[in-house]
Amino acid sequence: MEGTIVNKKLVLLGDMGAGKSSLVQRFVKGNFEDYQESTIGAAFLTKTMPELGLKLEIWDTAGQERYHSLAPMYYRGAAAAVIVYDVTSPESFARAKSWVRELMRQGNQDLVMALAGNKADLAAGGDGSERKVSAEESQAYADENGLLFLETSAKTAQNVNELFTALAKKMPRAPPPQQQAANTVQLGGNASAQGRKRASGCC
Amino acid sequence: MDESYDVCVCGTGLKECILSGLLSVAGMKVLHLDRNGYYGGESASLSLSQLYEKFRPGSAPSETLGASRDWNVDLVPKFMMANGLLVKVLVHTEVTRYLEFKAVDGSYVLQKGKVHKVPANDMEALRSGLMGLFEKRRMRNYLLYVMDYNEKDPKTWKGMDLTRMPMSELYKYWGVAEDTIDFLGHAVALHSSDNYLAQPALATVKKTKLYYESVVRFEETNSPYIYPLYGLGELPQAFARLSAVYGGTYMLNQPGMTVAYDASGKACGVTSEGSTAACKFVVGDPSYFAPEKTRVSHKVVRAICFMNHPIPNTGDSHSVQIIMPQRQTGRKSDMYVFCCSYAHNVASKGKFIAFVCATVETDDPVAELRPALALLGPVEEQFFDISEVREPVNDPSADGCFITKGYDATTHFESTVVDCLELYKKITGKELDLTEKELTQQ
Repeated sequence: MEGTIVNKKLVLLGDMGAGKSSLVQRFVKGNFEDYQESTIGAAFLTKTMPELGLKLEIWDTAGQERYHSLAPMYYRGAAAAVIVYDVTSPESFARAKSWVRELMRQGNQDLVMALAGNKADLAAGGDGSERKVSAEESQAYADENGLLFLETSAKTAQNVNELFTALAKKMPRAPPPQQQAANTVQLGGNASAQGRKRASGCC
Repeated sequence: MDESYDVCVCGTGLKECILSGLLSVAGMKVLHLDRNGYYGGESASLSLSQLYEKFRPGSAPSETLGASRDWNVDLVPKFMMANGLLVKVLVHTEVTRYLEFKAVDGSYVLQKGKVHKVPANDMEALRSGLMGLFEKRRMRNYLLYVMDYNEKDPKTWKGMDLTRMPMSELYKYWGVAEDTIDFLGHAVALHSSDNYLAQPALATVKKTKLYYESVVRFEETNSPYIYPLYGLGELPQAFARLSAVYGGTYMLNQPGMTVAYDASGKACGVTSEGSTAACKFVVGDPSYFAPEKTRVSHKVVRAICFMNHPIPNTGDSHSVQIIMPQRQTGRKSDMYVFCCSYAHNVASKGKFIAFVCATVETDDPVAELRPALALLGPVEEQFFDISEVREPVNDPSADGCFITKGYDATTHFESTVVDCLELYKKITGKELDLTEKELTQQ
């Protein structure tokens, strides 16, 4: 009755303050806080999407993007990336483009990418005067580079589920080729040691 | 960066990253910097282009080696004991979730010019060419005693006080022959020289237990070692992420960074590109401090060799260690060979990397490695590195500098983690509690 659930790693990228953590918070927990603290103590968040047979492991940058000090490990094995910018900040859009270039340099052909123009609620409010990056410009950039694109609002939940669902649908289902790493050992859990009797190990 | 922190950590080698992670988890505000643009410092794993930039600046790798990013070449080759301290720290901090490990295929030892597998179980011991049948029985009796030995249960001591009895006497008691002693002491207890023979037996008994407990730590493993996919450079990155997740701030690529001192000579911050981050104390590797705060304890020579085949006589293993006990090569300390391959995502398809390393004993360190290099078969490319291992001689309570030791030639990370835990205690005044805790559901 239950199909197989495949684990997939999704990484978030984007300027500090673009709303990466809020976006994930909204998607995973369904809430929003006006003053989101930088993520403390969370290695990554997970969200199971049973209808798609997927469990997303969502990695936040943990602030390591601030001085451009993300480790290569962050990108390793990622099936998807969401690059977030703030529609009221052209600087954050410029930085988003440099994150896209960085991702392309990693040379992972199967990586599915989405561009999220966040804080769309600010642009939509009143006369929309706070908007500094137009949806047309972003859409054109996304098309050129083969990215999904949506304007989102973590605050109102606009397009948040849609963004992650669209990404999830685009991910290749087969496990990535590196998972030939069949005979890996599991550390942690309940000390997996007890499999064999101790004495049998020694001559 | 003109902010103030509890601690500035200089260098992103494994030791500094472990400490940075532990201190962030303990609630300290950490700024972690590195002069390089990559993580790992002396214990990084380098891509092909980074490796060439370090060892052959100006020349490009041969195209037969494949893509640069397929390579993660360790600068300090070591394996992890499956039941050792590093694994305990990884489990304790839950850093395991960022990493994947593979068991190392086999552990070998040189005896009379031949490479033998170190028996991992009874069956292998029975088949082993290391010793004759009667000697096997004597060794078995000795090992049964060791595995049964319990510090808290005098019944298991068989009347011997191992806190006083020299190790040579314990071997004598069980009638173990010299060649067997060689392999038990160096390839099982992993002593790097014969100095241990005159010391109390207890330490060697514990090390022997650690070896066999590591062999049985995971199902289907044939050696006591594990190794991370993508190379050892993943370890510092994983601990750095731990630190970041607990609020640590990261700044790589600070080539001009220097430690700042107050009028009394106490470290009070780190300066880079004209601004200074203030802090209460500084942690770092020796290269970030004035030379008089450390001294050279010894030198290590390492060879990195690229090959198209596994090391001969190791059962086609994709990952293997060969220990060459000092007596077998007429040296004062052991020499070590490591091998890993594309199976660990550290080399491009079909390629193997062999490392040889030893403590320098002569004026011609590269020549010292010859007997080990002779075991490898044809080599496509090789690099040599001779590095000074420095250790601190300063007083951290006076100058606020907590300096890690360099990386020695040992085959595994026990001494590395001991150094971190000692510094952690000096800094916080507390021991790190490594008793295995219930893991929270991921």
